Amino acid sequence: MLVPSPIEPDREGGYRLRLSDGERELLRTLPGELRALLDSKHEDPGLRRLFPPAYEQDEEGEAEYRGLMADELLEGRRAALRLVEETAGRDRLSAEELDGWLRALNDLRLVLGTRLDVTEETYETELDPAHPQAYELSVYAYLTWLQEQLVAAAAGEFG
Amino acid sequence: MTGVASAPAELETERPAEREEEERDRPWIVLVWNDPVNLMSYVTFVLQKLFGYSRDKATKLMLQVHNEGKAVVSSGTREKAEHDVARLHAHGLWATLRQD
Repeated sequence: MLVPSPIEPDREGGYRLRLSDGERELLRTLPGELRALLDSKHEDPGLRRLFPPAYEQDEEGEAEYRGLMADELLEGRRAALRLVEETAGRDRLSAEELDGWLRALNDLRLVLGTRLDVTEETYETELDPAHPQAYELSVYAYLTWLQEQLVAAAAGEFG
Repeated sequence: MTGVASAPAELETERPAEREEEERDRPWIVLVWNDPVNLMSYVTFVLQKLFGYSRDKATKLMLQVHNEGKAVVSSGTREKAEHDVARLHAHGLWATLRQD
């Protein structure tokens, strides 16, 4: 393999993490930006995508669901993002930490992907460096690649 | 609702208690909807992790979401379905519940 996998299971039930300094820096910075957005309570399509309705047509049921779950779902997201910020410099993740990384990376991709209005074809087209959102698209592509690697590692435990 | 006002309406309804019970007994289903961001591998992983499905079963459901736009991934009481939706939401999947 020309590019070694960034994550591999070790013998103690955890995972060895192999990332460049640039990748680690990005993973320390991005979660903080999303946490700030979560705290801002701004009306944002990306944030709406993180908290989809549970009931399609039952407003009462939906209000009840929000009342019960909104804080817990928000806190879970904040905790996973904090975890990535705090462990981005590490060489090893526990299985539990890897699970938090998967959720946080997915949240980052959901918000970024919604803002970039990605489609299923976004993966198939080559990135045009002159695109006005070329940087965001490349970050999205990187996060997608990293998440694929992490999912493959985590799915290994299911056999 | 007061008893006096609702009495005539109740006479017109056939055995409302039984009907209500049937209504309550119909199971609730949890749907996962297709979206362009969630990775196919991640959706399969989440279904295995949350519901203990085999890789085959989770993959079949994921492909149904991908190809048909949605799939029923679990069912049961309203409480269970709501709990499952919340767990799917925590993992970023686009999930809803409805009575079957």
